[in-house]
Parts: sequence; structure tokens; C-alpha cells
Amino acid sequence: MNAVYPILKRELRSYFASPLAYVILVVFQVISALFFSLYLKGFLHLQFDPNFQLLRGELNLNNVVVIPYFDTMSIVLLFIIPLITMRLVADERKSHTAELLFTSPIKLRSIIWGKFLAALILLIIMLLLSSLNLFVLTVHGNPDMGAIFSSYLGLLLLGASFLSLGIFASSLSSSQLVAAIIAFGILLLLWLVGASSDTESSILGYISLINHFENFGKGIIELKDLAYYFSIIYIGLFLAHTALDSERWR
Amino acid sequence: MIHVQNVSKQYGDLLAVDNISFQLNKGDVLGFLGPNGAGKTTTMRIITGYMPATKGKVYIADVDIFEDPLIAKSHIGYLPENPPLYEDMIVRDYLDFVAEIKQVPDREKNGRINYIMDKCGILDVGKRIIGHLSKGYRQRIGIAQALINDPAVLVLDEPTNGLDPKQIIEIRELIKGLSGDRTVILSTHILPEVTMICSKVVIINKGKIALEESLERLTSKMDGVENILLKTRYWGEEIQQKIISLPNVSDIRLGISNELIIQPKKGTDIREELSDLIMRNGWGLLEMRPVAHNLEEVFLRVISSEGD
Repeated sequence: MNAVYPILKRELRSYFASPLAYVILVVFQVISALFFSLYLKGFLHLQFDPNFQLLRGELNLNNVVVIPYFDTMSIVLLFIIPLITMRLVADERKSHTAELLFTSPIKLRSIIWGKFLAALILLIIMLLLSSLNLFVLTVHGNPDMGAIFSSYLGLLLLGASFLSLGIFASSLSSSQLVAAIIAFGILLLLWLVGASSDTESSILGYISLINHFENFGKGIIELKDLAYYFSIIYIGLFLAHTALDSERWR
Repeated sequence: MIHVQNVSKQYGDLLAVDNISFQLNKGDVLGFLGPNGAGKTTTMRIITGYMPATKGKVYIADVDIFEDPLIAKSHIGYLPENPPLYEDMIVRDYLDFVAEIKQVPDREKNGRINYIMDKCGILDVGKRIIGHLSKGYRQRIGIAQALINDPAVLVLDEPTNGLDPKQIIEIRELIKGLSGDRTVILSTHILPEVTMICSKVVIINKGKIALEESLERLTSKMDGVENILLKTRYWGEEIQQKIISLPNVSDIRLGISNELIIQPKKGTDIREELSDLIMRNGWGLLEMRPVAHNLEEVFLRVISSEGD
């Protein structure tokens, strides 16, 4: 696995050598800040609602601002992550550098891990920047820090699952555009399938990427949700490995 | 050093490489020839471990490239047809990256990069972005990339393709200077290149080996017979008939642009009788000169006879 680091380093450098990483960071930050201020404003207006006192238990900072905020970010990630992953493998084909990688004395596994971890680091930077929004809450209010941390963990796992499936999509094509469309298709499908049922009652409900995210928002970290996301990450990377390996046989 | 054993490659219905075998020793420089689509690139991709063969085995330094890819690949430097360059990278960073994935030890890395950049003549572009460089420089970076781990086996797929004449000469000199005791496989369309650099020739056509010979034996075979190229103003069947009936002519055929290539019998000079014949018949002699019985002809003959 000694090639993971050079691959990771090169990918990160490549993200930041082009405007792509900056554009993605800015867009994500602007959208999340916009929605955050929207939810916060909504919460402030609620305070002047005559019925507010009656529902005080339900209408806390967490339920009105934090949970919707994370839900929104998860949807924004659904759109942005295919753009992060689309070039990872497809571009190696297009620039003929796949021939360099596959004739070097390194394992295919290291290549895929290097790429995944590079994208993961970009995702972590995105999430860290977005946490600046929540910082406002800790200054002027008293949010449930446990729920915020668990939400971030959930968002990170969700994003990592998206990345892994995105890398798989990218390994299917030499066109970045096609890779992004495939990734978006897979994510949307896994997102919406069984979204109407919950994780316990049906298989489709269990497969759905969105259902496992809910608990994290409530501050609950359950083993089954962790297992679910780690499985998705593993499956995505495994499929990418299989796709690349089998391609050489054809 | 390289042992290719009954290698075949099938793409769907197409048999791209059909039961190829050859062996190269340390220091051999192989000119790998063949028309486009003959299976050169596929063969090279199999040798370098980019793709597995459908059948057969390849050994690099006695290591099976498919069974033990990491060890076998560590002996190989490969320049594919399109140099594998990351356009957005700086030349030096790129070579640094290649050195890392080729497992060049950290303490040797910088020295190695400097040495190769100097050898390939890219020291002055070390800080430039690859995407902004000319084709000649890119090709050099491609070669530098292949040499970074000081490989015992060097596989170059059309290294002078698409370069201008000056660049071609430079790259050729570079390869010549680099070969040393390396084993080199060089595919090319440019036949004189082979005579200049290579010690051995393999011609493949439609996936099969059509000719395998050391350059020495090939040239000694071709010695002693000097073909004559003939151009006349008047042109017709009867000319060929009459010339072939000359006592010392063993063969006659049509060249690429309708000139006649006449092969005399070994050890004879037919120029005088030939010009005599033309004068007598008033065919109008435009050009008559000896043509070296060169690799080009061997190549064309091998390729066309295979086609029948």
C-alpha cells in the first residue's frame, strides 16, 4: 500500500491546481451559509409567534435549525460529489496516464484508495468550512453539541459513501461528463428508493441512503447505520476495483 | 531478459495477437515493426503488464508478468504511444510522482530525477507546466518517465512519432545513448531508425510474426544484390516482358509510383545492357539508379506475402 500516499498527494495537488476545488468549496459554502441563515431567520421569527410557548419543547434550535441545515447539506452533497469524483478515473483514461499507473509496480487497490482518500480530504475541508456557520450558534445560543457532532459524522459517512460510488461511476467511462451523470443517477436512485418506508420495515427502506442519516441528526449513533455506510463505501470501492480489473481482460 | 511465449490476445471476435513468441537477451535492441493495426501496441501492452494475454506467458527477467506483476513491472520502463502525462503538473513534480509510484528509494530520488532530466534535455523546462510544452518536450518527458527507475527493460511505442525531423534525430540519439546494457523494444514506422538503433528485427503482420532476424544476418542476406530503379517515358507491358527476357535479370516488379524495380542475378551488372535495350527501342530513359535492397523492401515483401 506504499503507493497510496503519492497517488493521494497527486490527486489533491491536481484538485487545487485547477479552479475545480475552489469553485466547489465556494459554491458549497455559499449554499450552506444561505440555507443556514434562512433557517436561523425562521427560528427567530418563531419566537414572536403567539403559539411558540406551547410548542417550546419541539421547536428548539436543534429541530428548527440544525437538523434542516444538515438535511440540506446532504442534498447539496448529492449534487456536488459527482463533480468531485467524475475526473478521478475517467481522466486517467483520457490523458493516457492509466497506462503509467497500470504498468507501475503498484497495486490497483492502492490507486483506488489514494484517489478515494484525496477526495475524502476535499470533502472534510468542505465540511470544516461549513462548520463556521454553526459557530455562530455556539456564540449566541446553546445548541446540542452532541447532535451537531453526530450529524457531522453522519454527513461525513454519507459523503464518503457518495465518493465511493462516484469513483465507481468514474471507472466506467473515459468521459467526465458521462461519469458524473452515472454517479448522479446511482446516488439519486439509492437516495430515493424506499425513501417512503423506514429502515426496519423493508429492504428498499434499508438500502436507501437517506434513511440512515436521520438518526445522526437526533444525536444517535447506531451500529447498524455505521455498518451500512461502511458497507456502501466498501462496495463502491470494490466495484471500482472490479470494473478496472475486468476492463483489462476484454 | 524478455521471454514472450506463445502469446495470443483476443478482443471479442478479433484475434489481435496470434501466438507470438520471441526472446531477447540483455543488451538486445529490438526493432518491432509492422503496419498499423498489426498488433504491435497490443503486444507491448501485454509485455508491460498493462493487460493480460488471452493465452501464453511473458517473462521479464524470469518473472511471470501476470503471476508476479509487482516484481516484473519494477524492471520495466514503458513509453506508450501517447506519453502518459498529467497536463496540469509541473515537469519536476510529475517525475517526482512517477519516481514514487515506481518505488525509487527516497534517498536516490532527487539524484535520479536530476540525472534523467539532464540526459533527456529537459532540465530547462523543469518548472514549466506540462500542458504548455511542445510535442518534442512531451516526448522527452515521456522517455524520462520511462527511465526514472533505471529499468533493465525499456519498451518504447513509436517514440519518434509526430516529431519534426530535428527532434526525431535528437530522440534517436537519446535512445541510442541510453540503451547500454538495457534490453529495449522499440516499435516504429520509420525503417531507417531500425537500421540505426536496433540489433534485432521482428516484423509482425495481422498479429503473427512474419520475420524474426538479427540485423546483421538481415543485412548480410541483402548484400551482393543491388536492385535497379528504372523510369522511362514510354510505358507498357512489353517493356517488362523485354527486360525480364534479358539473360541476367532475375525479377522485375512495379514500384510504388509506377517505376520498375529490376533485380539482377547475383554478382552481375546489368546497367549497360539495360540502357542499351532502352535506347534501341526508343522508350525514353528518364531515370536509372541503383537502389539499396533495404529494410523497406524486406518489410514490404514480408507484409505483402503474408497478405496472400
